[in-house]
Amino acid sequence: MKDFSAITVFVLLVGSIPFFTESGVVLNFVMMALFACLLAQAWNILGGFGGQFSFGHALFFGTGAYVQVMAQVHLGCNPWIALLLAIGMSAMVGLCVGALSFRYGLKGSYFALVTLAFAEVFRIVALSVAFTGAGVGLMLPLRESFSNMQFASRAGYVWLVLGLVTLALCTTAWLRHSRFGAYLQAVRDNEDAARAIGVDPFMVKLWATVISGALMGSGGAFYVQVFQYIDPGLAFGPHTSVEALVGAIVGGMGTLWGPVVGALTLHVLADVTRNLFGQLPGINMVVYGAVLVLIVMFMPSGISGIRFHLFKQPSKTPSIGKEQV
Amino acid sequence: MFDLSILFASVLNGITTGAVYALIALGLTLIYGVLHIINFAHGASLMVALYGVYFLREKIGIDPYLALTIVVPAMFAFGYVLQRGIINRASHGKDENILLVTLGISIVLENLALLFFKSDTRNIETAYTLTTVNIGTAMIALPKLVAFIGALVVSAILLVVMRFTFLGRAIRAVAKEKHGARLMGIDVDHVYAMCFGIGSACLGAAACFLLPAYYVNPMVGSGFVLVAFTIVVLGGMGSFVGAFLGGLLIGVVESIGGLYLGESLGQVGIFIIFIAVLLFRPQGLFGGRT
Amino acid sequence: MNLLEVKNVSRAFGGLRAVEDVSFNVSVGSLTALIGPNGAGKTTLFALMSGFLRPDVGQIFFDGVDITGRAPHMNAMLGLTRTFQIVQPFASQTVRENIAVGAHLKFARRDEAFSAAEAVAERLGLYSQLDKPAADLTVAGRKRLELARTLATQPKLLLLDEVLAGLNPQEIQEMLPVVRGLVENGVTVLMIEHVMQAVMNLAQHVWVLAQGQLIAQGTPSEVTQNPQVVEAYLGHGTAARLLKSQQVTHA
Repeated sequence: MKDFSAITVFVLLVGSIPFFTESGVVLNFVMMALFACLLAQAWNILGGFGGQFSFGHALFFGTGAYVQVMAQVHLGCNPWIALLLAIGMSAMVGLCVGALSFRYGLKGSYFALVTLAFAEVFRIVALSVAFTGAGVGLMLPLRESFSNMQFASRAGYVWLVLGLVTLALCTTAWLRHSRFGAYLQAVRDNEDAARAIGVDPFMVKLWATVISGALMGSGGAFYVQVFQYIDPGLAFGPHTSVEALVGAIVGGMGTLWGPVVGALTLHVLADVTRNLFGQLPGINMVVYGAVLVLIVMFMPSGISGIRFHLFKQPSKTPSIGKEQV
Repeated sequence: MFDLSILFASVLNGITTGAVYALIALGLTLIYGVLHIINFAHGASLMVALYGVYFLREKIGIDPYLALTIVVPAMFAFGYVLQRGIINRASHGKDENILLVTLGISIVLENLALLFFKSDTRNIETAYTLTTVNIGTAMIALPKLVAFIGALVVSAILLVVMRFTFLGRAIRAVAKEKHGARLMGIDVDHVYAMCFGIGSACLGAAACFLLPAYYVNPMVGSGFVLVAFTIVVLGGMGSFVGAFLGGLLIGVVESIGGLYLGESLGQVGIFIIFIAVLLFRPQGLFGGRT
Repeated sequence: MNLLEVKNVSRAFGGLRAVEDVSFNVSVGSLTALIGPNGAGKTTLFALMSGFLRPDVGQIFFDGVDITGRAPHMNAMLGLTRTFQIVQPFASQTVRENIAVGAHLKFARRDEAFSAAEAVAERLGLYSQLDKPAADLTVAGRKRLELARTLATQPKLLLLDEVLAGLNPQEIQEMLPVVRGLVENGVTVLMIEHVMQAVMNLAQHVWVLAQGQLIAQGTPSEVTQNPQVVEAYLGHGTAARLLKSQQVTHA
């Protein structure tokens, strides 16, 4: 099937990069770009395919990161097992938050606000509790080996994150060709019409949240393995939430490659900005914010969002709906 | 656990802080009640106003309370232009877009501030910063008392404008029935922008009252955003009285929460309330429209 | 055999009694209509029957099962679906994908759902538009799409809410045989309609709702000649006036 062949090609191409270059700069760029893709893809599952905009996706990221660290530091777990725990915990958080929100019918802006509130609650708790290292955060001791998921060369991390990105891509492709994905998008487009033909919106949205949370959590776990450090701000702060959603929106929500394209674009843009203006604090985010505003104003379907309309009433604005590629 | 006088002081503190929260929330309530949009840029706008007040004081020496005459109209213009120029054009008729655009604006504003002003926390010192007033057994900082009174006055003015002026009636008409209002010759886009302007002007006033007793840094806005939203939702989206009372309530909750749980966890209390209200009583305590 | 039994169902919104003590039965294989002036509570009744609203009082039985207050998607699984007064296509998807969502109720696999969707599309004259985005269809096309989507769920009972609204006379003429075809293929249909031509043409039995209450029922001709029904539509005293003018012309 077309999607899976494209994914295979992508994985082979990107996966072979470490064989062609040993440059730390290039490998670092590829690694961080893939990391951004992972976050955007995770958000895309709930936001793009499910139509539920989360403004606090860092909630899952931070959970994954903290579990990854705590499992190793407090429980002596093997990092590969910890990864599974991290993904599992993030999925659980997704289950709880999703169940609460959708059980009480939260949609649109309210849902966005609630996710933001949850992320903040987690951040404050992480800041106040000794178990998570409070404000100081937690560090992962350095011990390079494959079994310890710490690699001497960036190449190892590139392949690790590529693996996670592949998981995300395959999940997205599955959404595009499965009944669950069809149901999810139907709920996004018109919840009542979907209910009338047998779709259970609660279950569908709930599972989308679980999957999205799990993937985002894997990103958090990866982050900790690379940087060997996490604190409440990095874990649950708005930076990650924003990066995930802007990447998906800029690239095109509800598509397979949109988040990849978007995250890559933003990453390149951030790098270019950094080279032009130096390491100014906050310059990245200014760019992200500006791009978000511009995209929503002029290209709401994103760069490759061919079929996703950000307009609910197609009869009102048919011409804008057709403006894309 | 704590004796009554400490509790009393805490409550009083909470009320004065709450009044300023209420002022911030009032602007948001107006914007939500009329435009039906969640303005994520509200916190960042407050931050802009706070920096404005700060620099007027530090660079030009204008007292914050005098700065009211400058900051309030300036913020009004800021809000008007923001709505008319960017937000209106980006909405394309869908709520989610406005959500994203205001989020984008807040990110840009906050990080531009980070860029230009660094992340240092700044505050001003005036002749009256350390003055306190005795109320019963409690000592309240004078700036906080002034803030309380100022918030009351501004809220009253807002209510009068909404009730008795033509603009107020036009705003209420648009809030209730946009198309009908348009047919009656009301320029809806202008009214929207006016609301945004007024809401931002409230922020300008709040900033003038806030700075003497508080501080400013680029991230201060996001701290206020969720609190403001909590108040708006608690008060019943679109109800002024509700927002004001909600503000006072939240101020008191935060103060008492901080007393028993320490400052950070006290904040969690607010967010828990927020989540609880959204889930279980989205029409707020004072109900109105959902 | 009664496929649907509505027993003493009432529903109020605050002080407004939208539906009051309504009872009727829909027999299997029938094509029936629910008519009444605007605001009579017809759509509310549909919402109650399909599960979008919960009745305050009363019960609803479908195929012998008590479905009172059950969620719409569960009713769809049992074979009870509805269309909406204002068409609601899945705007970001093609016609094929739209119908497939309905077909997925019976087919878990994507390719099977697509095949089923194509078959339904053919039956409803949408075959040539399968790859078109749903947003590009005309109103008539969207009505057919909505019909196709619900048909793909292989329902036993289909509640059609003003499926002819917004269609021009030509389109109405084209839609009538489609609706008739549904029943011929084994689906029981209950329609809310304002287009009298369709009611007279298609319905075997008609119920009349006015101000939330069932005021009359019978064959289309019986019902349209019922003075109470005339009053409900045209106002108090109209029936008597009509009668008088008829007598004058006859004289």
